[in-house]
Amino acid sequence: MSNIKILLNGIIRENPIFVLLLGMCPTLGTTSSAINGMGMGLATTFVLSCTNMVISALKNLIPNAVRIPCYVVIIATFVTPLQMCMEAFLPSLYQSLGLFIPLIVVNCIVLGRAEAFAGKNGVIPSGFDGLGIGLGFTLALTLLGAIRELLGTGKIFGLSCMPEEYGSLIFVLAPGAFIALGFLIAIINKIRKV
Amino acid sequence: MEYILIFIAAVFVNNIVLSQFLGICPFLGVSQKIGTAAGMGAAVTFVLSLATIVTFLVQKYVLDAFGLGFMQTITFILIIASLVQMLEIVLKKVSPALYQALGVYLPLITTNCCVLGVAILVIQKEYNLLQALVYAISTAIGFALALVIFAGIREQLSMTHVPEGMKGTPVALITAGLLAMAFMGFSGIV
Repeated sequence: MSNIKILLNGIIRENPIFVLLLGMCPTLGTTSSAINGMGMGLATTFVLSCTNMVISALKNLIPNAVRIPCYVVIIATFVTPLQMCMEAFLPSLYQSLGLFIPLIVVNCIVLGRAEAFAGKNGVIPSGFDGLGIGLGFTLALTLLGAIRELLGTGKIFGLSCMPEEYGSLIFVLAPGAFIALGFLIAIINKIRKV
Repeated sequence: MEYILIFIAAVFVNNIVLSQFLGICPFLGVSQKIGTAAGMGAAVTFVLSLATIVTFLVQKYVLDAFGLGFMQTITFILIIASLVQMLEIVLKKVSPALYQALGVYLPLITTNCCVLGVAILVIQKEYNLLQALVYAISTAIGFALALVIFAGIREQLSMTHVPEGMKGTPVALITAGLLAMAFMGFSGIV
């Protein structure tokens, strides 16, 4: 399978949110606006591509019995500097994502790809797989964030699209996250069947 | 009084699943039957309280004392992973009955983000040890409560007619949304 195919596979055919249904906590927790969703997606993409490449490079050195703790340590090694950089350079985004940045460590997508792909394939394909899955995640989060922002406040990426009084605040709050994602997955299920 | 406030706030007002979005994976994954939901709730309560105490002490006496605050994430996740592993071994020896009841859920808890989330939250909120313990137990009870209610609804839901495209996850998510809306009614009481 060529690298481009691996990349597209992660974005569309094996989209982590809509198809594999992994990593629900950051999906629901950080998508109160499109920009937050995109920031979270890109942060996860960075961690995902780096850890996939490192794990794939070290796969022959890691004993099979203790591979999960090793993977977790490698993932945490990339999350910590990411957290520090975001705190220094993007303080407002860091504030609004809050707890979910350190929680990338326990995101099941990252550990899932390490186990399912990087542990079995070469460095370059693993990097592309991480990038593809990460971009698929970013796409899903940005889409959900944009829908919630539009229905909740009438804006997309902070740009006004419809009068603010048409928005209902519930979509920015917790219940709206569940309901919007539920309908989005139902629509995508319907499209994939046809 | 202070502890009662922490308890009510953590169980109802800021429910960990329905308003803070932590621990969604087990919330959606093990909520098909009330029995398994209660088992998972008990296992999480156990691990969460223990993990919060250990990570709290490590943060205070090791990380803060030596200026290693930046190692927080990596230290906490290792502590939680090894704690779960140790707990599994100890329970198997000491209390086989409890091990039988919780056994299958224990390994799942390492990747449950509410354990790491609460450990970090307790440090951010600058609680003392007793407050941290009360907060951890209340959060876990809130998790168990949401899980059991949700499992009860899903048991009923499985017997009703659901449109084709909505079957499975979509209808579960919408149900969770309605449940979250119900829990929003508690906001403002603390």
